[in-house]
Amino acid sequence: MAIDFVARGQDLELKGIRKEFPGFVAVDNLDLHIPAGEFFALLGPSGCGKTTTLRMIAGLESPTAGKILLGGKDVTDMKPHERPVNTVFQNYALFPHMSVLENVAFGIRRRKLDEPLTKAQQALAMVELEHLAQRKPQQLSGGQQQRVALARALVNRPSLLLLDEPLGALDLKLRRQMQIELKAIQMEVGLTFLHVTHDQEEAMDMADTVAVMNQGHIEQMGAPEALYDRPKTAFVAKFLGQSNIFIGKVTESNAETTSIDFNGKKITGLTKRSEKTSGKIAIGVRPEKTHFHETEPKADPALNILGPGEITDIRFTGVSNQYQIDIPGVGEITVFAQNVGRSPVVELGAKVFVSWKVEHSFGLADLPNGAEETD
Amino acid sequence: MTRFSLGKYLLPTYVFLTFLFLMIPIGYTFVFSFNDSIKSNIIWRGFTIDNWLNVCDQADVCSAFGNSIVVAVSATLVSTVLGTMIAIALVRYRFKFRSATNLLLFLPLATPEVVMGAGLAAQFLDFGWQKGLTTVIIAHVMFTLSFVVVTVKARVATLDPALEEAGRDLYASPMVVFWKVTFPLLLPGILSAAMLAFALSFDDFIITQFNSGAVDTFPKFVYTAAARGIPPEANVVGSAVFLIAMTIVIAVQVRASIKRKKMLTR
Repeated sequence: MAIDFVARGQDLELKGIRKEFPGFVAVDNLDLHIPAGEFFALLGPSGCGKTTTLRMIAGLESPTAGKILLGGKDVTDMKPHERPVNTVFQNYALFPHMSVLENVAFGIRRRKLDEPLTKAQQALAMVELEHLAQRKPQQLSGGQQQRVALARALVNRPSLLLLDEPLGALDLKLRRQMQIELKAIQMEVGLTFLHVTHDQEEAMDMADTVAVMNQGHIEQMGAPEALYDRPKTAFVAKFLGQSNIFIGKVTESNAETTSIDFNGKKITGLTKRSEKTSGKIAIGVRPEKTHFHETEPKADPALNILGPGEITDIRFTGVSNQYQIDIPGVGEITVFAQNVGRSPVVELGAKVFVSWKVEHSFGLADLPNGAEETD
Repeated sequence: MTRFSLGKYLLPTYVFLTFLFLMIPIGYTFVFSFNDSIKSNIIWRGFTIDNWLNVCDQADVCSAFGNSIVVAVSATLVSTVLGTMIAIALVRYRFKFRSATNLLLFLPLATPEVVMGAGLAAQFLDFGWQKGLTTVIIAHVMFTLSFVVVTVKARVATLDPALEEAGRDLYASPMVVFWKVTFPLLLPGILSAAMLAFALSFDDFIITQFNSGAVDTFPKFVYTAAARGIPPEANVVGSAVFLIAMTIVIAVQVRASIKRKKMLTR
């Protein structure tokens, strides 16, 4: 077996990957480049093709078309055991008939490397489980099993580590703790991590780069902050956090700003933050960027102002309150307001105006699902 | 104050009587293996251990027993290996005639033994094969195979495919994955299937009767001997088989309970 094992991670490249299953296309013409040493998250709802993509990289599925390159080398036709790639499986897939130590040593034994048990013991020490080496996996808690699965993969120093929703089965507190540990380990070992998840917070929290996947293709890719600040499609705007979205025909567009007519109200965004500047487009804004006022604010070209509307719902979420405001002729708008002073800031049923800065608007490349039919 | 409960006494009595009823023929066989009989072993003539010490004095008993062992071991080996492979294929792979195969495998379980025995005998006659040990072994593989497949299939169905994928992911070739992951995890199922096959083959009479020709197996010997009086050596063989089987079962149970205790006290 000629497997190249490297001290550091290698970059992964997917070229025009397509995967068809009888009756549907799971992954459609996917191009992706993950630089060496990066923590990359593939984020999407269930059934979006992210796990299929991961399995193709591991070699457990073969793509219908396209190429997979690892460190510049074509691995598309390699068997899973010939690839310098290891996976942390969703339900850990620890071997129940072996001790924790033997589980971790499995990969090293198969490659006939020296001192499998010593290396396994070191890997267990890294995840702070060396004292449980002789136990059977089923005698461990979920969090411990997860760490064993991680050690079993990491001990092989793969060029690329694949994580298939590895934290999905853990409770919230443990999940947060594991997220921090996982990130710390990745920084320590410097391997390339590809993390598949449906949890947007997890993806944004840990990854250097997030790719949002939907229906077999990547909707948008970038740093978590960039993705959140400027979603380019309606899917990303809604999947990654919440958004207020307004649809209307462009009435005015110049080098600076682009405005739409939304049910008779003018809504403006910056032209450089708009994917489209003609025809019917969607402009969105994050709920925490919107503010409400008990009196009508003075008209200002730098502000979008809507209202008055009535507060129909107030939801307490700890650090902030989530307000639902119904503005006649406009619809429902969501506003987040931090609970820094008294809470809630306004009472249920109060009449308020809503405003946000023009520079906080983002123009989408497409319209939300169903928008074409209703309007 | 404790209330009188009928169940408290009735149930243990009932269970005791059931066990007694089940054990009487075995006890009878065991006791009469020590009978100092001359020809027929029906009347108690006094205690002796000669029968146990010189089992093979009655040459027919020993050769029949030997044949039974040969048949049972061969049939078990063949049907366990074949049945395990079939079971894995049926659970893991989608192929043409998969459901037909499933159905066919159930047929021997549902077919009366007389029909199967007679059918096989007709086949062998048709092929012009001399009846003997080989035909018995073939016949036994046929009817034990279904039991093996059903038993092992249940085990394969509970085996998480992700475990084998993890093996492949951790640099094990398909062959190594089978021996290091799949096989050890299926082993309990395979062992119980083998034991079942052995037991079924060892005490089979009807199918053997049809397909053995002049060769005697132990059940066949006992059946024919019954007409002129079963020799006490046959009782010895029967009792010994029972004792060995019981010892194995008890040993396995004790080992399992020790293992459980060890798990709990850790």
